[in-house]
Amino acid sequence: MASYLSAAIFIGFHGLAFAMVLYLISVGLSVTMGLMGFVNLAHGVFAVAGGYIMTGLMNRFGVPFPLALLVAVFTVAALSVVMERLLYRRLYGRDELDQVLMTIGLIFMSIAVAKYLFGSTPEAVHLPSWLSGHVDIGGRDFPTYRTFLIVCGMGLVIALWLTVERTRFGAQLRASVDNLRMAQSLGINTGLLFTKAFALGSGLAALGGGLGAEILAIYPGYALENLAYFLIVVAVGGMGSIRGPFVAALLIGIADVGFKYLLPETGSFIIYAMTMALLLWRPQGLFGRA
Amino acid sequence: MSETVSDKIAAAPAIAAFARRDRLRAYEALPWLAAIAAYFLFPTYLPLGAQILATTLFALSVDLILGYAGIVTLGHAASFGVGAYTAGILAVRGWGEPVTGLLAAAIVAGLVGLLSGLLILRTRGLTLLMQTLVIAVLLYEAANKATSLTGGADGLQGMQVWPVFGIFTFDLFGATAYLYALTALFVAWLIVRRIVYSSFGRSLTGIRENMLRMQAIGAPVYVRMVVIYAVSAALAGVAGAVIAQTTQFVSLTSLGLDRSGTILVMLIIGGVGRLYGAFIGVPLYMIAQDQFSQIDPVYWFFWIGLFMVLLVSFAPGGVLGSLARLTQRWRR
Amino acid sequence: MTDIPAALETEKLSLNFGALHVANAIDFRLDPGARHALIGPNGAGKTTFVNLVAGRLTPTSGRILLDGLPITHLPQDTRVKKGLVRTFQINALFRDLSLLENVTLAISERVGIASNMWRSAGSHRAVIAEAYALLEDLGLADDALRSVRELAYGRQRLAELAVALALKPKVLLLDEPAAGVPSGESGVIIAMIERLPADITLLIIEHDMDLVFRIAKRITVLLRGRILVEGTPAEISENAEVREVYLGERTPT
Repeated sequence: MASYLSAAIFIGFHGLAFAMVLYLISVGLSVTMGLMGFVNLAHGVFAVAGGYIMTGLMNRFGVPFPLALLVAVFTVAALSVVMERLLYRRLYGRDELDQVLMTIGLIFMSIAVAKYLFGSTPEAVHLPSWLSGHVDIGGRDFPTYRTFLIVCGMGLVIALWLTVERTRFGAQLRASVDNLRMAQSLGINTGLLFTKAFALGSGLAALGGGLGAEILAIYPGYALENLAYFLIVVAVGGMGSIRGPFVAALLIGIADVGFKYLLPETGSFIIYAMTMALLLWRPQGLFGRA
Repeated sequence: MSETVSDKIAAAPAIAAFARRDRLRAYEALPWLAAIAAYFLFPTYLPLGAQILATTLFALSVDLILGYAGIVTLGHAASFGVGAYTAGILAVRGWGEPVTGLLAAAIVAGLVGLLSGLLILRTRGLTLLMQTLVIAVLLYEAANKATSLTGGADGLQGMQVWPVFGIFTFDLFGATAYLYALTALFVAWLIVRRIVYSSFGRSLTGIRENMLRMQAIGAPVYVRMVVIYAVSAALAGVAGAVIAQTTQFVSLTSLGLDRSGTILVMLIIGGVGRLYGAFIGVPLYMIAQDQFSQIDPVYWFFWIGLFMVLLVSFAPGGVLGSLARLTQRWRR
Repeated sequence: MTDIPAALETEKLSLNFGALHVANAIDFRLDPGARHALIGPNGAGKTTFVNLVAGRLTPTSGRILLDGLPITHLPQDTRVKKGLVRTFQINALFRDLSLLENVTLAISERVGIASNMWRSAGSHRAVIAEAYALLEDLGLADDALRSVRELAYGRQRLAELAVALALKPKVLLLDEPAAGVPSGESGVIIAMIERLPADITLLIIEHDMDLVFRIAKRITVLLRGRILVEGTPAEISENAEVREVYLGERTPT
């Protein structure tokens, strides 16, 4: 009995940590797809870029972890604005196929650049001492870093939801996702909104990439290998939804850890099968609009 | 309609031309002449040539659903891989006869395509795209984990492919492989050409152009899409099987996302929906890749990525599309 | 009520989005060979009604009967096969295909050769001949090989009609056939509609009152998803409520 409880707590805890990472990375993708109707398969590039900048600063220049992470986030957000204006903007409203091709091209480029700059081996993450080791919660030992990740993650999620619910930017965002034409006729500068939303999403992705570097290893093939999971979180949660992907990330994160722990021979297969079943039943996702 | 009206139609030359759009034109012999010439001119490149031919077949199958029916898919590698593994597993388990292996691959891949089509073709757009992706990763993961059947991440080894018709063995020089692939491609091309110029094929173009209108003229759109999806899957399966049989190996990458991605690129380079885009795009890409990989494989990924971005931004429609635009401008 | 089955009938047809009744218990009847118009202010639900009848929208409740047989849950394409054809208010043609091809596609579906994967489309001479003859009939033959995109908007609306006629409809729903057409060109469209065979049952949605009064023998007025009143053109034009509804819009002469 006790071992079932242990297993459940283990799966719940690590699943939750994984879910945080997945959500932080994928929420930006959900907004991009729902708001701009743009299939950005290269979204994972923002996450891995965040990871590379963070680890690069930490490992090569000894920058402390929190600062390295912040720099990574803002750098990626700034870069994403440049990319949005230069590249992505041209493809709004274009054929899905064109969007798919362009973003796959971006993924390929990112893989090559990462391999060239950093080599193929995953980046090592050296946690500061105050985040390593274990912490005692309720009589059990939990890895300190993952606990930090969960707490931090929840804080960010709440901050994000408050922003979306309470601020003007959030209201504009929700209105535009709901009905773009109407929002435009209300005078909302949707071009600027797109850029802001894009930057926010990319920044969060970088944050997720950096914070989650210990769970999703930072290596050149990152954006391609993890693409399926990011897309699934958005598809299951519902494109354009902000809360939907959170529920989806929880389901997938916990299921992933759970199945890999209990039935390792199946790998991610059951998750994909469950996703398939869900999408067949509800193509718009759990919280998406029909 | 009376006979005299029919005669009137036959007399009007423009209408007659419309009716005979499907007739063979001289330039359609070019790819085959080029392929045969290559056989004699580049004897050391025959293994690569066989790969190019088989991949062209794959691209042709993707063009059927992408260029003609307008279904954007990220999961076509699933059909390709299923065909490859079918032929491969047969050859490992003792049945190495190549032609029946191809047929088996076509049937299995076609069935998988039929089943997935039935399930997912009720939706469109981004949701459909996601579902094609999920199916692809689902099959990838299945192949990854079912190591006793597929060899898992190490790939399927130990294929014993028998000589074609008992005479032509598959060897390292690739002569048999090349001609085998060429024949398969030719047969597939005949089939695809037939379909594309048939009433069914025209209705696919209608579905691509305006699905709503097709429903409003009584076309059972869903059924048509499922049918073409299954046919396309069967052809992709044949392509996968040819590569499996000629290389006597099946790797997990045959089911991978980058295979789905790169086949789209190759097709786009040539031009989608024009029947011959595959014949132009695939050789261009693969020859370039072969040359580049010898210099630096990492750079290849970068340049092809950049090329894709630029292509989409400045030359949508690929080679054939740009040619079409140029000739249109010429005519004015 | 007569004993002959209606060509088209709806019973309490409704479409609700929560509290919003886009179509509210509509009881509607078209006799065979009818020349019937459906009018109403913008937002009254006219196109919604056509979409419900054609099968593009699924009703929340109610029944639709074609020739006495229920079609409420049949998909669009099956309804077309049973002779129920509609046109679109905004042209929904295959813009990059030629006029001839647009019509041929429709005839191919009707005749049943469209599922043929083997014979080339061009070999079905009778289909092409029929398509060409139809275009001649509508005065569009000269543009047969031009793409729809290149045609003047009035000709495109005619083409929309051609495609519908190619399906040999029993019941034809025309959604604002003259919409967007400059008044100089709308005469051609009206003339074509007048020439339609008497055995086709016709329902026209229109704002253009000239057209309505020229063609319709009966008129139904729709307001906010419900039928306000139904009657002959004379009855409708004298109806006080209708006058009120249309105050400020074009009044019938």
